[in-house]
Amino acid sequence: MHKEVIIIGAGPAGLTAASQLLKIGVEVMLIDRNDLVGGQLTKQTHMFFGSEKQHASKRGIDILTMLDEKLKQYPNKLTVFTQTTVVGLYNDKVVTCIKDDRYFKLSADAIIIATGASEKSLPFENNDLPGVYAAGAVQTLMNVYGVKPGHKVLMVGSGNIGLIVSYQLMQAGVHVVGLVEAADHISGYLVHASKIKRLGVDLWMNTSVKKAIGVDSVEAVEIWQLDDQWQGIPGTEKQLEVDTICIAVGLAPLTELLQQIGAEVVYIRELGGNVPRVNKHYETSINNVFACGDVTGIEEASSAMIAGEITGIETALKLGYHVPNHTAKLTQLHCDLDTLRQGPHGSKIRQGIAKLGVQL
Amino acid sequence: MDPKHVIICRCSDVTLADLIALFEQGYQTFEELKRIKRVGMGPCQANTCGKMVQWEISKYFNQPLEEVPFHNMRPLTMGIKLKEIMEAKNREE
Repeated sequence: MHKEVIIIGAGPAGLTAASQLLKIGVEVMLIDRNDLVGGQLTKQTHMFFGSEKQHASKRGIDILTMLDEKLKQYPNKLTVFTQTTVVGLYNDKVVTCIKDDRYFKLSADAIIIATGASEKSLPFENNDLPGVYAAGAVQTLMNVYGVKPGHKVLMVGSGNIGLIVSYQLMQAGVHVVGLVEAADHISGYLVHASKIKRLGVDLWMNTSVKKAIGVDSVEAVEIWQLDDQWQGIPGTEKQLEVDTICIAVGLAPLTELLQQIGAEVVYIRELGGNVPRVNKHYETSINNVFACGDVTGIEEASSAMIAGEITGIETALKLGYHVPNHTAKLTQLHCDLDTLRQGPHGSKIRQGIAKLGVQL
Repeated sequence: MDPKHVIICRCSDVTLADLIALFEQGYQTFEELKRIKRVGMGPCQANTCGKMVQWEISKYFNQPLEEVPFHNMRPLTMGIKLKEIMEAKNREE
């Protein structure tokens, strides 16, 4: 099967890219390995911050419904494959997939990689005991499938995911025993941190997990303080009785498909790890292969949605489509992105993009 | 912290102690470690262990993370049965 554009990953970036392309009249195939489209939005029950234009004060799941409605207007131009894993990407723009144990090939004129990110893990003693979870996995279990991960949780990491998932655990009636953070400050929004602090959660800075304790699953956790070289200080150990250790230490872009086709990938710490070297049109070093969303650097869903819109328009232009007022539209979208990246919380992403050396 | 009980690669059960032993023998790239210990070659294809392996190499050899080469990635992203590829080929014919 051949399509004009194949989008791999139907999260916030992939969905908005699709919506722009369809509006322009381009045929799109969206592929996602999950049961539902939406990526992280499927489990984001919290309200977004930012400006109204970027859906502030709407919940992630409601934003998803809205994006989905938009796509439904183009039944003849859009094909969606869920529960479909892309297993290979090749230089002639052939995509190989597997769905229900069936292997098949697709091809396209242009490909948009919107694969998002995966969660980072942490090396500590007994980190393979059942009960050690990634925070995103806990969020999926609770908010998508309605399953509690345990009864007493230690959260590791004070980024927005750690803070928000702590709150959502408490909403689900799970006891959050405390939160540890290796740095000397909260790395997410203070408003989220204050909320869980007010509800009685202890927040321990300069602290990390030394080891998990348990026979068949987690029964307790030992935490300790870190010195300024991030080394544990003997004698500061403290044991907490928990059955769940929830790891929220950041995300890493999922660039494996881009690396398969030899697209240039660089390590930029501020963007979360390996990211494709894209130009200002969000095109990678491989002709007609674009990338947007967390795969180009870890940000928020609001930025991913704008980057997706830009990438949709840029892809259509590259394929020779006429896009009315595209210069004004793109300028506005880039301006919206800049606005989102202002302020102290945007400084990391600004530094990362500066290292990449393009105007994204 | 006992490195024998710190799992780096869950798919192939590679511990931090295993990695350090290999570093001591002089192996220092992900590609080498992968060939000897299969680290990163299981179902997750290094999406879980990859960053930790990079970090441990960087720490042991005092090399900035930016300069630690990542391992090569090739299709496929997950294990599939040869049967499935054969069936796809037969459908094409």
